[in-house]
Amino acid sequence: MNKNHRVPSNRSLSAVEVKSKFGAEFRRFSLDRSKPGRFDEFYGLLQHVHRIPNVELLVGYADVHGDLLPINNDDNYHKAISTASPLLRLFLQRKEEADYAAFGTDSLTRRKNTVLSAVLLRPDANRKKPPVIISLPRDFRPVSSIIDVDILPETHRRVRLYKHGQEKPLGFYIRDGSSVRVTAQGLEKVPGIFISRMVPGGLAESTGLLAVNDEVLEVNGIEVAGKSLDQVTDMMIANSHNLIITVKPANQRNNVVRGGGGGGTASGSSGRSSDSGASYYGYGSGGGGGGGGRAAPLPLPSSSAASSATPSHIIQNFPLGAELESDEDDEDLVIEAGGEAEPIRRAPSLPRYEPHLDLRRGPSPANGALPASGSGGSLSSGLPASATPSPDKAAERRSLEEDGTVITL
Amino acid sequence: MKRFRRHGQESQRDRLKQELFQFNKTVEHGFPHQPSALSFSPSLQLLAIGTHSGAIKLYGAPGVEFMGLHDENAAVTQVHFLPQQVELVTLLEDNSLHMWTLRAHQGLSELLEIGRFTLTGPPGAFPNVTRVTAVLAHSLGELLLLGTEGGHVFIVEVPGFRELEERNISLDQVANSVPEDYIGRRNLEHVEALQENPVDPNQVVIGYGRGLMVIWDLEKQCALQHIPATQQLESVWWTEDGRHLISSHSDGSYCRWAVGEGDESDEEEKSDIPYGHFPCKAITKIIQLPTQQGPPFLLFSGGMPRASYGDRHCITVIHGKTQIALDFTSRIIDFFVIKDGPQHTGDPSALVVLVEEELVVIDLQTDGWPVIQTPYLVPLHCSAITCSHHVSAIPLKLWERILATGDLQQTHYSKKPWPITGGQNLAPDPPQRDLLLTGHEDGTVRFWDASGVCLHPMYKLSTAGVFHTDTDPNDNMNQSTEGEWPLFRKVGCFDPYSDDPRLGVQKIHLCKYSGYLTVAGTAGQILVLELNDEAAEQTVEAKVVDLLQGQEGFRWKGHTRLDVREEPVLFPPGFQPFALVQCQPPAVITALNLHSEWKLVAFGTSHGFGLYDYQQKNSVLVKCTLNPSDQLAMEGPLSRVKSIKKSLRQSFRRIRRSRVSLRKHHVNNAAKLQEANARLEAELAEMELAPVQRKIEARSSDDSFTGLVRTLYFADTFLSDSSHNTPSLWAGTNGGCVFAYMLRIPPMEHRAEEGVAAQPAKEIQLMHRAPVVGIVVLDGHGAPLPEPLEVAHDLARSPDMQGSHHLLVVSEEQFKVFTLPKVSAKMKLKLTAIDGSRVRRVGVSWFSSSRTEDYGESGLVVLTNQGDLHVVSLPHVKMQVHYPCVRKEDVSGIASCVFTKHGQGFYLISPSEFERFSLSTRFVVEPRCLVEPPLHSAASQRRRQLDGASSPHRHVSTAAASLPSQPPPPLANLPVCPSPSRNPRQDAEDAESAARRVMEHALLNDEKVLQEIQKSLEGDQTLTMENNVKSAVA
Repeated sequence: MNKNHRVPSNRSLSAVEVKSKFGAEFRRFSLDRSKPGRFDEFYGLLQHVHRIPNVELLVGYADVHGDLLPINNDDNYHKAISTASPLLRLFLQRKEEADYAAFGTDSLTRRKNTVLSAVLLRPDANRKKPPVIISLPRDFRPVSSIIDVDILPETHRRVRLYKHGQEKPLGFYIRDGSSVRVTAQGLEKVPGIFISRMVPGGLAESTGLLAVNDEVLEVNGIEVAGKSLDQVTDMMIANSHNLIITVKPANQRNNVVRGGGGGGTASGSSGRSSDSGASYYGYGSGGGGGGGGRAAPLPLPSSSAASSATPSHIIQNFPLGAELESDEDDEDLVIEAGGEAEPIRRAPSLPRYEPHLDLRRGPSPANGALPASGSGGSLSSGLPASATPSPDKAAERRSLEEDGTVITL
Repeated sequence: MKRFRRHGQESQRDRLKQELFQFNKTVEHGFPHQPSALSFSPSLQLLAIGTHSGAIKLYGAPGVEFMGLHDENAAVTQVHFLPQQVELVTLLEDNSLHMWTLRAHQGLSELLEIGRFTLTGPPGAFPNVTRVTAVLAHSLGELLLLGTEGGHVFIVEVPGFRELEERNISLDQVANSVPEDYIGRRNLEHVEALQENPVDPNQVVIGYGRGLMVIWDLEKQCALQHIPATQQLESVWWTEDGRHLISSHSDGSYCRWAVGEGDESDEEEKSDIPYGHFPCKAITKIIQLPTQQGPPFLLFSGGMPRASYGDRHCITVIHGKTQIALDFTSRIIDFFVIKDGPQHTGDPSALVVLVEEELVVIDLQTDGWPVIQTPYLVPLHCSAITCSHHVSAIPLKLWERILATGDLQQTHYSKKPWPITGGQNLAPDPPQRDLLLTGHEDGTVRFWDASGVCLHPMYKLSTAGVFHTDTDPNDNMNQSTEGEWPLFRKVGCFDPYSDDPRLGVQKIHLCKYSGYLTVAGTAGQILVLELNDEAAEQTVEAKVVDLLQGQEGFRWKGHTRLDVREEPVLFPPGFQPFALVQCQPPAVITALNLHSEWKLVAFGTSHGFGLYDYQQKNSVLVKCTLNPSDQLAMEGPLSRVKSIKKSLRQSFRRIRRSRVSLRKHHVNNAAKLQEANARLEAELAEMELAPVQRKIEARSSDDSFTGLVRTLYFADTFLSDSSHNTPSLWAGTNGGCVFAYMLRIPPMEHRAEEGVAAQPAKEIQLMHRAPVVGIVVLDGHGAPLPEPLEVAHDLARSPDMQGSHHLLVVSEEQFKVFTLPKVSAKMKLKLTAIDGSRVRRVGVSWFSSSRTEDYGESGLVVLTNQGDLHVVSLPHVKMQVHYPCVRKEDVSGIASCVFTKHGQGFYLISPSEFERFSLSTRFVVEPRCLVEPPLHSAASQRRRQLDGASSPHRHVSTAAASLPSQPPPPLANLPVCPSPSRNPRQDAEDAESAARRVMEHALLNDEKVLQEIQKSLEGDQTLTMENNVKSAVA
């Protein structure tokens, strides 16, 4: 993790100067811009240079607009490194003392202002109107995303549905059909698999990314051509905890337009989609959408804890055919019998051996529980903690769902 | 470093895979589905059967069998051996003729198609002019006479299929000479029959549909005699002395005609309607055979009184004063009689009858004409097969005991040896004794000797005796109805009607070391049986086990429990039941396991599972796996498809009962069947029309039948801590859940008094929730644990208890290895997520290397719902090989698959046939047989002399000599051959031996040469055939 130290670079272009503030102490060091390393290495480095090895930290940085944005995963860390010019200003807080309100758009400048105004103009204004608490990206749980926009033809869309063991059904049906392909011999009719129905209120419908009559081309990177309806059904069900389907939407008007006129360049598209898309939802973080892919995470306030793998789920270019599993998602539940031997006739009455335990609980924190670290304690006040979606939440979801289609325009 | 090495290892692994795995479909066991034609060659002693699907199968001595498949998917309507030759001709429904031959190749005969031919008429002729209705393979072996629908007889030279137009017998030629007074002369109709005069090969009789028969001289090309029968003709038989013709007709009559010198003696000598009086059905075939002393045999099929016995499938045998109507179980396809003596001209010895569902051979030389047990072609489906179980390497002791008890059951069979003896079985003796057990719908379990090519019945166990059923005890097959005329005798064992579907056998488990057998059925019954060599009268105690365990809200709408006989029942020698468990609710048993060392039986249904101690006869453990929200499982019968089947079965039973009770009022079963089939098909078609869509949803615990127990497994392993191994029971459910119980089994000496205890130890819920279809514990070496008692009998290495054990859970979607005793995932292989196929059948097999004696490894053998076979390595769960095996539409074929412990397997290709396959390079059971051309065959001799080749009647095993009828030209292509251009007449013997020497040399030294010979032989096939024909003409 110290390898960045070992290679001090003289060229200012390749080195990022870092100024890190923890409490009243500053530390300065530099990082190699081209080889920033991973977030956890960076985190370790920070603990090291501040000599606070066992303190849990909340890392924030000031971006080009002066916003205080969090660094808590590889993606926003890389984003921070890549946008730092020339200085990367870091603000470290103890997790238990963290002031979440500090994060967000204009937070740094606004803070200055509010401090001034609070003192000078309206001393009570701040107390009456506490700033809206916006949670960190990792406290959101994506339910779907469009991925790999940069490598797919514009007519195709690769959609990832996150099941996360939630109650909500995936909620769609597929059917056999035929599609017309352009081949060297001319137009050719080939059999294909299509989405035939959406279940109202299901995950697939609520994302707005899939629609009836969309042709299914791939399931988790494996082409469905030549496979039967039953085979594709089985593949989808087998991958249901983390389903990635590549479709050719029936409605091609919502496609992303790349290149040509319109101002957006290919490289800019990533910034456009991720930054604007994310901040649109008050993410306050471009970091959530770094990397180059295009994400439309729907920030449903997560009542259940975010999966520990969430940050890495937000963006990634899906490697074709590669193993795409996160074992955490796939963990089986093992119940060991504890205690003394029980006579067998009494055994079934043991509460531990109810025939159907609530097995939806994964190994990661169970539904409705707070994140294991307990650091999110202060969050719970701002978020409904019930596992069942409340009506207003459902409404919120619906509005977001509409927005979801908007951003893909 | 590692990475560099890996490449070498992979290629080494690939080589090893080639030594271990190889896929072959080797032999089809059982009775061909929908046979449509039969033929027999007395000279070859081979039987040929053609089927609706275009297959042709040849059978000789046990173990000698060949199979061929026509490229056309058309039914085989006729099969004819060319007399005294190894060729045979088939006629298909599409009017094409095919020539097949048995060709020796590397010492083994192969059935090959060598030519095809379709008759072409003059341009503009109606297609019926050339539609072949009758075929006569002339005894000289050079001519084929083809009678057609148009009434013409075409003459074709064989084997080359060259039309001899000048010799054709046109309808006009015949019609002109028909006497003026013959009423049917305007329209003689099609050629119904063609027969050769057994005494004078130049004379053939042409029988026309209208009734007229014409004796034709092939040499002089003129009609010798007209026989003016007026009834619609069905068949013609020329008696052996050539003096009489017997014709059978559609009105149930047959007539005997004298064959005279001139046209004068055309008087009908004798006419008879054997079952006369009332209208009779047609006599479809008639034959008459003389005996040395005493009256001749007259045999005919059909002719039954239409009203009273029109639905029976009968062959009447008349010999002197004895007349009996053999009443068969299904429609008669064809029959023939085998004659005694070296030339096959002696007394009739056996009647061979092919009916739609079985082959019956009747010994005509023993009083009472008993049936001869067939060594092959046994109808596996005499009652529908509901499950099968394979046990490899049966100890000799048990084998002999089963054989002995089986022999006691076969007393009513003839003692005569099997009369069809053609060919030599060259297959090596099977390396071990294998047993295939099939469970049937009527509650029987049949034991088959599955060691070799012939699937031979050994013993039949019936479980119905334990219960009260609606079976009418008087309604069995061998009952002769008294005082009835004609005298009927039921023959054959095909009986698809089950009187109580609850008796159906669903699961079987046999312990080959202890001889304990457990059989479980449709109504939740589990019988434990023990092999006893003596008959015994005993009461079977029933133990009812409530699997619901007080689960609320349950309503069982299915069938009731079977009613157990409370009085002692006399059980014949063999497997006798001594314990019975009945599940409540009486749902079908879905999983079963027996541990003979611990004397425990585990069983499961859709509601839960239980463990039964059959020594103390008490229940050790009951576990309800039912999900209260699972309505389907709560209510009963599994699926609607099944209920359709059931209702069909019930209606059949009704029909049958009505037939039994009201003999006077017959219902045409066939018509009813057709009607029912049509209805079913219409229903299916309707279902097809509805748009097919599939719901995409993750599985949840609320899905249907999550509690259904799919697999049960006993293991002695480290369940709770890593230092002490304990007996354990594992159960896997449809909902992806695995339950593990620790068992406490008292020591041997206290086993009878102290109770067995089971204690829950683990529960694993697979996150992907796919049904668990297999559980295996792997020992410290990664090898599957041996079977119970296997180690005690020194037949397996004791498992490694030092290293850590692993648990392999096979779900329909994944293979997953967990550590033990702490269950944590170690390795996995995903199947469904990658290619969309699901595991249907799984087994553990041992694969030995074909190269080195001492190397072998265990592997998982998997059949998927796509019909593909996979081998997955153990313990690393890596995909090794995969082969397509079954059509994916063949759901019942896939479901019926069983694997052996040595990499072979069986699956049903039709209700009556098992296909045997092998994934192993070592264990391949396939027919290896040789058929030699007939010895004293004048015709073939003559042809061979013309060819200048050699005498064929020696056992020659070289490729060169394998085609005795072929001229040498193909050999000229070979570099190693001497010039074959010597005068063929000069010294045939010399030429042959020279060729043989060269060929043997080639065989021994160069495989490439051998392949080349083979290729050139095949390539030049048509050419040589033409040569043949040319030389024959010359």
